[in-house]
Formats: sequence, structure tokens, C-alpha cells
Amino acid sequence: MTAPKYIKGKEPHKSEYRMVFRNVDRRGWDVSIKSYIADGGYKDLKKALKMKPQEITDEVKTSGLRGRGGAGFPTGIKWGFIPPDNKKPVYLICNCDESEPGTFKDRYIVHQDPHQLIEGMLISCYAVGAKVAYIYIREEFPEGAKILENAIEEARNKNFLGKKILGGKFNCEIFVHRGAGAYICGEETGLIESLEGKRPYPRIKPPYFPAALGLYMCPTIVNNVESLCHVKHIIAMGGQKYANIGTPRNTGTRILCVSGDVVKPGYFEVEVGKITMGELINDICGGLRKGRKLRGVIPGGSSAKVLRADEKYTIGTGESERTIGINDIPMDFDTLAACGSMAGSGGVIVIDDSRDMAWILNNINTFYAHESCGQCTPCREGSLWMKKITDRMVSGAGVPSDLKTLTSVGDNIAGRTICAFGEACAWPTQSFVAKFPEDFKKHTSRRNAGKQLNPESKVAAASLKS
Amino acid sequence: MEVSGELNKQANEYISHYPKDQKRSASLPLLHLLQKEHGYIDEEGVNWVAEKLDIEPINVLELVTFYPGLRQAAPGKYHIRVCRTLSCAMAGCYDTMEKFCEVAGIDRSKVTHHNPIAVSEDGKFSIEFAECLASCGTGPVCLIGDDFYESVKADNVAELIEKYD
Ligand SMILES: Cc1cc2nc3c(=O)[nH]c(=O)nc-3n(C[C@H](O)[C@H](O)[C@H](O)COP(=O)(O)O)c2cc1C
Ligand code: SF4
Ligand code: FES
Repeated sequence: MTAPKYIKGKEPHKSEYRMVFRNVDRRGWDVSIKSYIADGGYKDLKKALKMKPQEITDEVKTSGLRGRGGAGFPTGIKWGFIPPDNKKPVYLICNCDESEPGTFKDRYIVHQDPHQLIEGMLISCYAVGAKVAYIYIREEFPEGAKILENAIEEARNKNFLGKKILGGKFNCEIFVHRGAGAYICGEETGLIESLEGKRPYPRIKPPYFPAALGLYMCPTIVNNVESLCHVKHIIAMGGQKYANIGTPRNTGTRILCVSGDVVKPGYFEVEVGKITMGELINDICGGLRKGRKLRGVIPGGSSAKVLRADEKYTIGTGESERTIGINDIPMDFDTLAACGSMAGSGGVIVIDDSRDMAWILNNINTFYAHESCGQCTPCREGSLWMKKITDRMVSGAGVPSDLKTLTSVGDNIAGRTICAFGEACAWPTQSFVAKFPEDFKKHTSRRNAGKQLNPESKVAAASLKS
Repeated sequence: MEVSGELNKQANEYISHYPKDQKRSASLPLLHLLQKEHGYIDEEGVNWVAEKLDIEPINVLELVTFYPGLRQAAPGKYHIRVCRTLSCAMAGCYDTMEKFCEVAGIDRSKVTHHNPIAVSEDGKFSIEFAECLASCGTGPVCLIGDDFYESVKADNVAELIEKYD
């Protein structure tokens, strides 16, 4: 393996630690299996097939890998939930629905390094005993689906996939399954329903934890694209060595996707917890535009609670407890949770002082109102009410009681629904209204009645009529 | 309904990706095949899929009416999807949308939740807003058919549209 060189202008930042994104924007690199094998590809599959499945799961447990899809649940532990006395087939599903606003990492793995994902999936299938795996890919990645199908064919021709893989006893097939443009298919049980050919209505948990009762009521492991790629690197270096990357309990690397008001938005693979929010925004992303000040950050995809720039955050416990500003927050699962938000999907949306938070929230609310699957009344009605209230505010027809009503609608959704979409749609409203009341009051004061203060105002006004 | 031999063959290939007693799983793949060929899904299409998979037509129709990616009416020759969500909105996607409509001659005033697509009078272009297309760092982004475009500011819309005729 030679050290990769990158396309001019797309070189990784010096604070990056490229592992999963090693081949993204790499010079002289393409998606062919030839490129991949020349670089040492599929060696880790060979290594894995010499191990016992349980040994692989143990390595993944030792590595401390936490899911990169949103919840941050430890991957090895999830794999261990397959009932030990199971007699049914086991399935593995790669979640490539990537639809949490602000998140754009799986896209590059699929479009530029499909074999890494396939190798990671094969190793994972072997570990959990799956003979069939599906890649559930969002419909809006038509090119990505083709690339994956091609790559699967290439891997089959080399006998990395199919029957008696590499002359051994392991059989495994991978199929690509395309979604049809619904965000809720990213929620794992909604995804499973969709894959079964039904409306993607999430299932109630318990009892439908996929590892026990998943696809076709068989044990099913659902993992994010990035998580499955990490498995390959864990086998390559060993779980203990992987655990030394990053910080304790927040091990390895993860890809942060930065968008919004920074000079240089993009994707950056960093050691978990080794860089702070300030370093991410100011060093890696070139800071804010000239003359602009930071107002807030949504740190983990649009459902993560917004952090206000001038707020103080208390992290750590006991002797290590300290109070820090937003720029000093280390980007890891536990700290972001301690700050009242979450690391989520790694999608960091930066908001400067040119923005009106009511407008921002209205955009987010429009997304959730559009994407609620409609099964649970609080979510179906509530997400629409929250959108309508912010529509009204933004269009110049807000009333002073709107702030209270908004928050109360949000409070009445979270915790009362079948799936975590309920929280995902309530958290933005709850946090934006609590942290930026001045922006919302601007829209509900008599002084501004009838005034359309935003570019989106017209659209919001029109949508109130329809 | 008449479908081409090629399409039928592809459909059978997709069905083979799922366990024999779980043919219903092939609903979305089959609907995608049909939509690719005909531009949208009509009643005949629904019945064809239902028959192919041994399920009731309502089980197919309920998918067509749920998923934003499936259509019941013909789009234009080129279908444009502009991302509407936060990062793209911050980068100016509402202006991009307006410009697309202006250049392609599309009137979006009749667009509603249940009828999100607007078609140009000559039928060449149709347009709709899509939710986050997972490229938030390079917004505004859009899809024209299967072609993906990044940083589509209002200023470069006219040039982009010219590629399609
Ligand atoms: C509303 C909702 C949307 C989700 N969307 C995605 C998604 O697009 N991609 C993803 O990998 N996980 C998504 N998840 C998380 C999945 O349910 C699941 O936890 C994840 O795929 C597990 O993989 P991991 O353990 O590797 O993170 C979503 C969850 C919810 C509640
Ligand atoms: S919380 Fe919302 S998205 Fe989830 S099942 Fe209920 S209605 Fe559907
Ligand atoms: S917000 Fe447009 S691609 Fe994500």
C-alpha cells in the first residue's frame, strides 16, 4: 500500500486522519476492482475468513466502534443481540439511505470506493452469519446504485462473493435495493418494511428489535455505510489498535460533514473527540465569511438540538467537570450529548449572524412535515402544526402566543411516538425557540405584522393558502 | 399490459433477489423499472406489478401514493429536482428554483403537496423541490433526470438547461 496522493485542490486537511475516506478524491483512483486490489483490497476479507465469526465480533467489541448512522450504538454489542439459539436465516442490511439533512458522507464512499463497502459488508456478514445482504440505497443516488451493482458483479467474478467464497465454506450474496425518496426509510424498521415491499411504517420496539425480529421476522443487523467500512479497518489493524485512535469510549475516526455559513464547507475524517468545534469551523473550514459572527451550530444533522454560540456548556463529571464555550467542545458522542445535543450523523450545519432563526426553523419544520410517515397522531399532526406556525411567523402573520404554542406542540410529540422521528422533528423546534426567542419575537410583535422579512416568506405565505 | 421482453427479464432478475416466498419485496424495483420506461405509473402498471408479485393491486398503489419518488402523472421529458432543504436554502436554492422556472417556462403557482410537479407548456421540462439530496456542502444541488449537479446558483441555470434538448 502506497501513501495516496490527492486531486489538486481536494487534498485532505492536515488535521484529518483518513482511513474510511482514504481513497476519496485520490489521484489516479477509480471505482474498479483493479484499483482496489492493487491497493491491497480484499486482503482483510481473506484475513477475516481465517478467523472464527465470534472472534471478529469480539474484535469489533474491543474496538469500541459506535454506529455512525445517528444513534451511536456500539456495533459489536448490536451484533451480539442475535438470539444464540436462532435457527432462522440472518440478514445484514447496509443503511445507505443517507437522508438526514446536513449529512453527506456515505455518498462519497458509494461513488468513489464501493469495494471498501462491499469488503466491510462481507466481513460483517461472515461475523453475524448472514448469507444474504441488502444495500438499501436512496433513490436519489441513481449513479451510486449502478456503481454498486457493477462492483458487486466484479467481486462475484473474483469469487469474493457468491458460493464458496475464496474456496472456503462461506456463501454470501449482496443485492442493491433502491428506495423511492422517503426519509423515513432511513429509520431501520421503516427501512425493513420498505424492503419487504410495504409502506415504510416503522415498527414498534419492543418487540421488533431488528437483531431479533427484523427482515421477514428474521434476525437482521442494520448498519450504516460508514460503520460497515470501519469493520474492515478494525480487522486490518485489530480491535485494540483501533481503540487507540480517537478518545476513550469515542474511538476511531469519523467523517464530519460541514455545511452552511463557513468559507470552506466539506467532509473531513478526523479522530473522534480529538478536534474541537472551534478547530473544525475556524481551522479546517476556514472560518466564517468576512465580517460575520457565529450564531449557532446544529452539530449532528438537522434533528440535533441547536447550540447557541454565546452559551456556556458544562461537561465532564466530578473532578473533570468544567465549563466551556462552543468553540472548545470536543467533537465526540458523549460531549455533544452532555452539551444537550448529539453527534448524530456527523452533519454539522453552521449558522452565522446574517440568518433569521425563525426562517431556519421554518425550513427544518417543512422537511419534517413532509417526511412524517403519518402513523402516529402526535407526529403526523404536530410536525405539520409546527410548520404551519413557523410559516405564519415567517410570512408576517405571527401572533405573540405562537412561541408558547410551538414549544407546547414540540413537547407533546417527543416521547409519544412509535419511532425516533418524533424526537427528530420536535428537537429543532424545542431548541430553536428556547435558545433564540428574540428572533421569534421579532416575527410575532405587532410592529412587524404583515412584514415579510425573509426570502422564504412568499413561499411560506403561499403554502398557508394551499 | 404489454411490457418489453427486456423489461420482463429484468423484472424476473429483481424478483430472484428475494426469498421465493417474499416476492413482494420486489415491488419498488419493479415500479422503478416501469417508471423508467413509461415516465410514470398508471393503473395498468400497478396491475402488472401486482400480478407479477401475486399481491393485490392496492398493495402496489399504496406504495405509489406514499413515495415521493413514484409518480402518477407524466413529468416533462427532463425532470428537474432542486434540493429545498436547509443547507441548500442557505446557499440560495429558492433563487435557483425561480430561475429554472423562468428559463424553462414553468409555472409553479398550482403546485400543492399532493401535486408537487409542475411541467412546462411544451412538455420538455418538469420541476419539483426535493428534500436534502445528501450533498449539503456543495449546495444548491439538483438532479436533472439521473444527472447530478452541484453549486447550481441562479446565474448558471440558463447554461445548464441548454445541455438538454
Ligand atoms: C428518522 C430516522 C432517520 C434515520 N435515517 C438514517 C439514515 O439515513 N442513515 C442511517 O444510516 N441511519 C439512519 N437512521 C438510524 C437508523 O435507524 C439505524 O440506527 C442505523 O442505520 C444503525 O446503523 P449504525 O448502528 O451503524 O449507526 C435514522 C433514524 C431515524 C429515527
Ligand atoms: S414518529 Fe412519525 S415517522 Fe415515526 S412512526 Fe410515528 S408518524 Fe411515523
Ligand atoms: S440540504 Fe441540499 S443536499 Fe442537503
